[in-house]
Amino acid sequence: MNESMESPDDMVTNKVGGGWGRALAWVFVLAVLAVIAVQLRKTMEGGILLNEKAPTFTLTLFDGGEIGPAEMQGKVVVVNFWASWCKPCEEEAEELQQAWEYYQDRGDVLFLGVDYVDTETEARVYLDRFGITYPNGPDLRTSISQAFRITGVPETYIISRAGDLFYTKVGPFTSLQEILTLVDQALAE
Amino acid sequence: MTVKQTPLFLLVAALAIVGSFAQVGSVQAQDATPPPPAATPSDDEVNAVAKNMYCPVCENVPLDVCPTLACQQWRELIREKLAAGWSEQDVYDYFVLQYGDRVLAAPPPTGLNLLIYIAPPVLIAAAFYVVWQMMRRMRAAGNAVTAGSEMQPAKPKDEYQARLEDELKRLDRGD
Repeated sequence: MNESMESPDDMVTNKVGGGWGRALAWVFVLAVLAVIAVQLRKTMEGGILLNEKAPTFTLTLFDGGEIGPAEMQGKVVVVNFWASWCKPCEEEAEELQQAWEYYQDRGDVLFLGVDYVDTETEARVYLDRFGITYPNGPDLRTSISQAFRITGVPETYIISRAGDLFYTKVGPFTSLQEILTLVDQALAE
Repeated sequence: MTVKQTPLFLLVAALAIVGSFAQVGSVQAQDATPPPPAATPSDDEVNAVAKNMYCPVCENVPLDVCPTLACQQWRELIREKLAAGWSEQDVYDYFVLQYGDRVLAAPPPTGLNLLIYIAPPVLIAAAFYVVWQMMRRMRAAGNAVTAGSEMQPAKPKDEYQARLEDELKRLDRGD
């Protein structure tokens, strides 16, 4: 009804200007929705799946140096996410160190500690307290924990020699034997 | 809601969602020159910095009021850095480098975060434009109705109205 009351000049101007404006608005809205869709998909993906390729990452160590995909290739890798403020992490700290000592000389098993949103001072106190000697480093910019999509700490991921995710442990290991059994299974795969 | 209003509505809804997880930013290098040591900063000084940051463990809890052990450690770290003579910005840069942009209450205006800064003024301008257009059309429609009514031929008066007007005229004349 309104359009019938516009003058012919107004109608031409509105159709040309309004058409472009509306098209631009739609493009902008669709672009924003696309960004949201990608973010939502990432958020709702859940944890990484067993037998799928584990995320590749490079860990910068507290003691200097880095461990990356080249050092992990062909090895069973045990990636443990922890933090000094995490009480349940303490329950498995000694067992993880004992397991590392058990496999260390073989050369085909690598334990990595990824320190999640922690302060380096407290992290070093924690490592000294439990006598942890396997490679440890901070999760800089939380990039590793985001790649693994962890839900909290402690969480441990066992990666097969082929680079696939073999096992996910949410929460602390309850015994040394539990760790040894899982790593042995990954080695036998 | 009309089809013309739909893009604006969708955009507002979309921005409300995107603000919650658009977290991409850049890393800035730390100043390598160690500044002179300062006195131990007070809790107020530490909290003045911490209030612009968020707890790494609990969601949406400012660092200055979060009671978790992780946040206590972070506040101590802020105290250490301030005592070492770091500026507030140096501390923010360090935390972003270590833990990512999400520690900051106001994400840096880079990457996708730019949307948060650009979209609101664009949206407000768009809303003003839409309102202005609607008012313009309503005014044009009002003028058209007035002009149309003036051009319409007068309707024949009904009998009651004609009689009423006659009576009034007579009353005026004093008949």
